[in-house]
Amino acid sequence: MPINFIHPEYEVIRDFNKCIKCRVCERQCSNEVHKLDPDHNIMTADDSKCVCCHRCVSVCPTKALKIVKSDHTFKTNSNWMPETITEIYRQAESGGVLLSSMGNPKPFPVYWDKILINASQVTNPSIDPLREPMETKTFLGAKPNKIERDKDGRLINNLPPQLELTLPIMFSAMSYGSISYNAHESLARAARELGIYYNTGEGGLHEDFYQYGANTIVQVASGRFGVHKGYLDAAAAVEIKMGQGAKPGIGGHLPGTKIGSDISKTRMIPEGTDAISPAPHHDIYSIEDLRQLVYSLKEATEYKKPVIVKIAAVHNVAAIASGIARSGADIISIDGFRGGTGAAPTRIRDNVGIPIELALASVDERLRAEGIRGNVSLVIGGSVRSSTDVVKAIALGADAVYIGTAALIALGCHLCRSCHTGLCNWGIATQKAELVKRLNPEVGYTRLVNLITAWRHEITELMGCMGINSIEALKGNRLMLRGIGLNEKELEILGIKHAGE
Amino acid sequence: MFREGENENRIPSGCAISGIFSKKGERISGESIIKSISVMHDRSNGLGGGFAGYGIYPEYKDFYALHIFYDTQAAKDECEKYLERCFEIVNLSKIPIKKTRKITNEPLIWRYFVYPLPVRLADSHLDEDEYVVRRVIKINSEIKGAYVFSSGKNMGVFKAVGFPEDVGEFYRLAEYEGYSWTAHGRYPTNTPGWWGGAHPFAMLDYSIVHNGEISSYDANRRYIEMFGYKCTLLTDTEAITYIFDYLVRRMGLTIEEAASVVAAPFWSTINKKEPQEAERLKYLRNIFSSLLITGPFSILLGYTGGIMALNDRLKLRSMVVGERGDRVYMASEEAAIRVIEPDLDRIYAPKGGQPVIVKLNDDVKI
Amino acid sequence: MKRIYVNEKWCLGCHLCEYYCAFANSNIKNMVDALKDVTIRPRIKIEELQSISFAVSCRHCEEPLCVKGCISGALTIKDGVITIDKNKCVGCYTCVLSCPYGAVSPSDHGVMQKCELCTQNGGEPACVKGCINKAIVFEER
Repeated sequence: MPINFIHPEYEVIRDFNKCIKCRVCERQCSNEVHKLDPDHNIMTADDSKCVCCHRCVSVCPTKALKIVKSDHTFKTNSNWMPETITEIYRQAESGGVLLSSMGNPKPFPVYWDKILINASQVTNPSIDPLREPMETKTFLGAKPNKIERDKDGRLINNLPPQLELTLPIMFSAMSYGSISYNAHESLARAARELGIYYNTGEGGLHEDFYQYGANTIVQVASGRFGVHKGYLDAAAAVEIKMGQGAKPGIGGHLPGTKIGSDISKTRMIPEGTDAISPAPHHDIYSIEDLRQLVYSLKEATEYKKPVIVKIAAVHNVAAIASGIARSGADIISIDGFRGGTGAAPTRIRDNVGIPIELALASVDERLRAEGIRGNVSLVIGGSVRSSTDVVKAIALGADAVYIGTAALIALGCHLCRSCHTGLCNWGIATQKAELVKRLNPEVGYTRLVNLITAWRHEITELMGCMGINSIEALKGNRLMLRGIGLNEKELEILGIKHAGE
Repeated sequence: MFREGENENRIPSGCAISGIFSKKGERISGESIIKSISVMHDRSNGLGGGFAGYGIYPEYKDFYALHIFYDTQAAKDECEKYLERCFEIVNLSKIPIKKTRKITNEPLIWRYFVYPLPVRLADSHLDEDEYVVRRVIKINSEIKGAYVFSSGKNMGVFKAVGFPEDVGEFYRLAEYEGYSWTAHGRYPTNTPGWWGGAHPFAMLDYSIVHNGEISSYDANRRYIEMFGYKCTLLTDTEAITYIFDYLVRRMGLTIEEAASVVAAPFWSTINKKEPQEAERLKYLRNIFSSLLITGPFSILLGYTGGIMALNDRLKLRSMVVGERGDRVYMASEEAAIRVIEPDLDRIYAPKGGQPVIVKLNDDVKI
Repeated sequence: MKRIYVNEKWCLGCHLCEYYCAFANSNIKNMVDALKDVTIRPRIKIEELQSISFAVSCRHCEEPLCVKGCISGALTIKDGVITIDKNKCVGCYTCVLSCPYGAVSPSDHGVMQKCELCTQNGGEPACVKGCINKAIVFEER
């Protein structure tokens, strides 16, 4: 047996005074960490297998368990950090690309946390959302740049197709394959109940979920999985996925082990084959090609559905967005570098792309400077974590936000970032039947509805503080924001003043 | 002088407003409106007062009347050179004033009756109004020390730092007559006052007097600036004026439609309307969503041939309307109406978001 | 009448219901004290084979064979709930033999025990409250 260079990162701490040996930890851990030692009649744990997902901690009836970070240490070194060294050991052993899941965990600045929100005092009354109407209805889609009248002078409805949301939050693209059937059902049902939209991701739409079509955005990605006429027709809008915040510039790879019969049918690929999404769309090598795909999809859907183009936030995102706004797209969606993923090369996830706050601010400003902000709606995602992030995003200029990770956390995800193993103990990022069933959609959808309902309360409270009773008056209202601890350049890009100014 | 818009400081303010309108187009002396606004002395703090009169220049009614403040003679020279390049100047003069101790530090105040130079207008491929608008925005944003504060035809704005009744006396408004007047007394909270910052704020013949502080300001400003407007003063009034100019003149909405954009009915109200009306209101709210104004406001919008009073949707600022014969009175307080017309046929407080629009009778030519 | 139902589709076979049942019927306040180093005798039991699992407890049958067969009158049905009077039970095992679901079993004290819908424990049955996947429900059908 070769030397094991890697010491477990986490340790399972069991309070033996509390453990009643019910073995629920053992039964619920798909990583097989826990085991009853029959000779000594005690529970044992193999720390090396623990991914710190807290399933055992959460189900233990006597709260006898906790997971702690190992204090085992390398010799202190500010350059060669333990993580770096361990990664080298891994690669030296495997010869492979490091894989990770979920969003960028590195300590980059989180601009949401450096922005403060305004409130009314004296010269302008704040509004009590419990007493006054507070409106969060949002429309997404291109707006006409002139009005038309019929011969009697009445306004003609010349609006291109729109999405109508009860509040500016949607569930972002997560494919069937990357997440489970039950996770999809939870999202779809919650979207319908909330009057918002969820996004199929690139894995096609399971036939059971066509009934949620009015609240569904279907994705067309570089692999074109599961794309056919019925799929497009079922949806409320079609999203062309050009990029993803967690892995800009590369495609996707769903291993064949995850392609069971249901997924194979939905994705329209043979069972057991790897589902590989190419890095680019091979029919889009430039902006004029994108325009062709936008209009192909519009033709296919008879100009009745808005077309969304989703891109990752990269350095020249403003110029790219400006091009897309002129490509016929109705909505641009931008995914920041903290956005989640079911699997991505670690180096790309952690080093490629830019924060969504900066991307949003510069895109909104650029589109306004060019006078084309009305051509498109702007939806952003990539780590929108709370109602205040939503409010800040809208005030910076977004029409709506996509939430992915937050929705998964509501479903039970503990951000153990092990989606790529396919052993998700919470029934979310897995295709194993015995694990998938752990997420009862009845429970899942209620939790999603609760989360968004709670956010809606908080958003209206925050709006009331600002004396704003309709969300459209918040959109792009950057005067409602102030930066704290940001330098001049950051403030300039965000288009906000510093606190105290 | 601390000027609005400098250092990118936004100035909130409370205020008093008043308006008088004759549907028959009878010419009312400026004296009445001064009397009306003076009753609400305590609603202003001496840092700004002003008036707009319509139908006051019948002899020059076909020409744009530009009222301009100059800080210096140099600014005046530069601006006039620019005016000569763009316009045929039919008449120019100082605006007559009466020196009073209550109004001090006055800039040079000049009035020009002009029309666009036909060749320049043709070259610009713009209509006459748009041509004038662009020149006015250019002067205000690019010629330092010059500020055009009135640019409509057969109407004029008169404003200054001071209490409104003193401003009226300073500009000798008793000597003017018009079918429509609006007035404003200002209560800004953090400025020593700048003459250009007083109300009314005007673009072409649209003039706005406003009481309130809108919470949607930056959403509105950033949207409207896409269409060539520059909100240099950072005041609500400026933004509201541009919004109406954009909606009515450039987009071709009626005043009523524009009102249902800026003070859009709540969705709950829209849902109760007849389907066709609901669709119309939904359409307007959707396409002009960024021009919805929230936060407290009461405004009087003066324009050629009409006047509109409008409150925010929650009616967070006071506003009453009185009627007597062909006269309509609109003011922040009833007292300001009673003082000039004690015997009213009707007096009422319009609901939040419901525009009160009064127009000249169809047979009236002005 | 509200009964306990188990949806096999969502049962994870975690056995927590058994522990919550045993705890609820132990009359001890602390779960650790009640269950530590104890072989539990729950009134709900997980049946499992390979990937299928589901919890079984008393159905509270409308025509219960256990009540019919009880020789001492210890088992009675009242308002649809079948209960056992420990003072009357003589431990003859007739009920155990006659119940087609195996929902009656001997207790630590010799007499028989069965699910009484936690009527003695107050509120919702402990197995329903404790189920982590809403597989066990207490509802009218």
